[in-house]
Amino acid sequence: MSMNEFKPKIVAFCCNWCSYAGADLAGTNRLNYPADVKIIRVPCSCRVNPLFILRAFQRGADGVILCGCHPGDCHYTTGNYYARRRMTLLFSMLDYLGIEKERTRVEWVSAAEGAKFATVMNDFVKTVTELGENKRLEDLRCKK
Amino acid sequence: MQKIGVFVCHCGTNIAGTVDVKAVAEALGKEPGVVFSAEYPYMCSEAGQNLIKNAIKEYGLTGIVVCSCSPRMHEATFRKTAAAAGLNSYMVEIANIREQCSWIHKDIKVATEKAIVLGRTAIAKVALNAPLTASESPVVKRALVIGGGIAGIQTALDIADAGYEVDLVEKEPTIGGKMAQIDKTFPTLDCAACILTPKMVDCAQNEKIHIYAYSEVEKVKGFVGNFTVSIKKKARFVDETKCTGCGVCTEKCPQKKTPNLFNLGLDTRSAIYIPFAQAIPKVATIDADYCNMLKNGKCGVCSKVCAAGAIDYKQQDQIIEQQYGAIVVATGFNPIKLDGYDEFAYNESPDVVTSLELERLMNAAGPNGGTLLRPSDKTHPHTIVFVQCVGSRDTTDCGKPYCSKICCMYTAKHAMLIRDKYPDTEVYVFYIDVRTPGKNFDEFYRRAVEEYGVHYIKGMVGKVMPQPDGKLLVRGADLLMNEQILINADMVVLAAAIEPDKSARPLATMLTASMDTNDFFTEAHPKLRPVESPTAGIFLSGVCQGPKDIPETVAQASACAAKVIGLLAKDKLLSNPCVAHSDENLCNGCSSCEKVCPYGAITYVDKEFRMPDRTTKIRRVASVNAAVCQGCGACTVACPSGAMDLSGFSNKQIMAEVDAICR
Amino acid sequence: MHNNDKEQILRSSGVNVLKCMRCGKCSGTCPSYEEMEYHPHQFVYMVEKGEIDKLINSPSIYKCLTCFACVERCPRGVEPAKIVEAVRLIATRRQGENHLKAEDIPCVVEDDTPGQLLVSAFRKYKK
Repeated sequence: MSMNEFKPKIVAFCCNWCSYAGADLAGTNRLNYPADVKIIRVPCSCRVNPLFILRAFQRGADGVILCGCHPGDCHYTTGNYYARRRMTLLFSMLDYLGIEKERTRVEWVSAAEGAKFATVMNDFVKTVTELGENKRLEDLRCKK
Repeated sequence: MQKIGVFVCHCGTNIAGTVDVKAVAEALGKEPGVVFSAEYPYMCSEAGQNLIKNAIKEYGLTGIVVCSCSPRMHEATFRKTAAAAGLNSYMVEIANIREQCSWIHKDIKVATEKAIVLGRTAIAKVALNAPLTASESPVVKRALVIGGGIAGIQTALDIADAGYEVDLVEKEPTIGGKMAQIDKTFPTLDCAACILTPKMVDCAQNEKIHIYAYSEVEKVKGFVGNFTVSIKKKARFVDETKCTGCGVCTEKCPQKKTPNLFNLGLDTRSAIYIPFAQAIPKVATIDADYCNMLKNGKCGVCSKVCAAGAIDYKQQDQIIEQQYGAIVVATGFNPIKLDGYDEFAYNESPDVVTSLELERLMNAAGPNGGTLLRPSDKTHPHTIVFVQCVGSRDTTDCGKPYCSKICCMYTAKHAMLIRDKYPDTEVYVFYIDVRTPGKNFDEFYRRAVEEYGVHYIKGMVGKVMPQPDGKLLVRGADLLMNEQILINADMVVLAAAIEPDKSARPLATMLTASMDTNDFFTEAHPKLRPVESPTAGIFLSGVCQGPKDIPETVAQASACAAKVIGLLAKDKLLSNPCVAHSDENLCNGCSSCEKVCPYGAITYVDKEFRMPDRTTKIRRVASVNAAVCQGCGACTVACPSGAMDLSGFSNKQIMAEVDAICR
Repeated sequence: MHNNDKEQILRSSGVNVLKCMRCGKCSGTCPSYEEMEYHPHQFVYMVEKGEIDKLINSPSIYKCLTCFACVERCPRGVEPAKIVEAVRLIATRRQGENHLKAEDIPCVVEDDTPGQLLVSAFRKYKK
């Protein structure tokens, strides 16, 4: 592995009930995915405030992925629907700001889908790696 | 001043094999706020926990980070450890360096670096943790069991035995489920009805059990310890309290052309019916699709002959609302539809039957009174071919990818019973593998081969061709002979795969209990918590969780009851303190949060605020009911003024985690 | 050589022979079973084991009717008929060198010639 190889910084928000458990299952089954993915556990995908994602891009993240329960299977009944709507808006705005749509993603991974979790992460890391380093959003508050 | 302790677990070699734990402990020890950092082979062991307790006391730690396995595994353990040492149990964070690091990475350098980042993220979060206290909520001492098959019956009996009230909901007019339709059971060959019906009677006679037969669950609200469930009692058009089950109405009913669903449509019954002789409750039901009176108002015979005056053509569906502390799912299974398998001619010939249909054909209460006859011409079959794995282990669209588990054994049972009763009948079984893991199971299968002379053929049937003379020409492969063979059979029996009952999926949505891709309910842990759903207060009994035979189902049903009893025995439950709370000073009373809350936990209250000019003003602000809030956090994002936050997963904490990952 | 053949068969057929659970439904369903020396399930198994030469030298490859009954009924989606076709293709290729040489192609082909035509031409015009 060369030292210069680009390693993206990827933040993955995973809901506690499905996707985090799916990630655990990927681990239990020893399914490999790149170490660039770092998971933040949230109770539900609807807990993810668009501000968290903006913050990640301000701090130099190259990609952000949000994983929740499949539609209809949300532990809290409707949380993933809210998440889906919020993210659709946010991602199109980010795209407008110059952060490519491919750097952001919403995926549904159930607690039984360890293999899917690994596949999704491998694919996402590959996509982001191909896009290269991200432009950093500026945090204007830091300029005061 | 933060004093954080970091504890890195080796998990034997599970973590230490790919993560340099010493380097992790050293690196994390240098993080701001960290005053103590250590590694230990097994943090969850007593010695490991003592290490944590001593460090909390010695260094006066204000928060701890344990770098170990998934929080889903040992978060509760380490919270208890912290509490035992006098630290608030919510001042604990877990960095998952096993499932999400050491187990998925092979390169030690990469894994170690990631473990450090994960540890540092947890440190950043724990620095912002606030002590939380769990509030208490009462437990309703009543359980609901959904599904009245052997699984539901056993669970209900065991819960009732411990002295708790149980409601048993069954969608059919009688409890009993699939086991009531089965003739004999493997590997002992005792009669299913003889061992099931006493249990059904026990259910009916038990004061603590209330049976809602011919009923379905409509709506579920609430949470563990306090569910509110609406049960729809479907109209039977017969008053259950008056009907004596004498059966006169079923004899006199002129509409005798109704398909008998209990016999899987192999014969007919009257429009008013009692499914079988030992039905519980033994009450008649009118099939509204066939009853002349209900269809066009012309008949009324049953009403005239009923001495008890129980017939009520105007009966309506009834909704019953009831509170429960725990809910048991025991929705069971059905054989799959075989429409996708034209090659077996199931829809073409009545002499091609499923194994469950064969059970009815061989049952004394079945269409032929227990004599095995061909459905087409009621003659005695001399050659019978069994086909296993029809739709099981099948990755195409019409099949199921899993092994249905019970077919090998019941096929051996059928073959044996037929050879025993009709020695002149030749029985061929096409198998891919014979799977007999179970007590006395393989011995049973060997008896079928060695004592009863059943012909087992390794291979699969490719085509069943109905002949003009009424025979069925079966073409299949004999892989051991490396031959294609043709058998001129009188009957073909298909061991159809089993699938979860169709009612399970909508029920799972109502219960917010998760399912796998095959619609089997997911258990909280595949090995260690096999009878609980990940959703608190929901328990799993029987085939709804995965294919099982009767002994396994009964074992799981009792295990499930034990878990329910454990829950109902508690007077109060500690509720999750990670719930939403609103900052009244920031709340602008817009109601955005109220609209997104799935539990109705947010209400608005008028509150008096002191203004800068010393006047007071009444404002409408959000207030969260902590007992009802489940902590999803939907409101926190919906709130435009940032007044709403979630304890344990606060905005600041998650921001800090993001910062730590991107650092 | 054998391994190359196996790889080529797997690639050109697109079949994953490891999905086979050895139920034999393909052979139970095959209408020209009696004609064949090696039967559909054996094709799958022998390709997995790399016994390609036996298959190539067997008349079985020409006895397969390509009726796709085995493909239709395989519970695991293995598609044995595609394996037979791939073995047949190897046999065809072995029968002689290609008549056309790769370096000759550009001067005889027009820009809008469909690629499919080229492939079939290679098969047809051999020595």
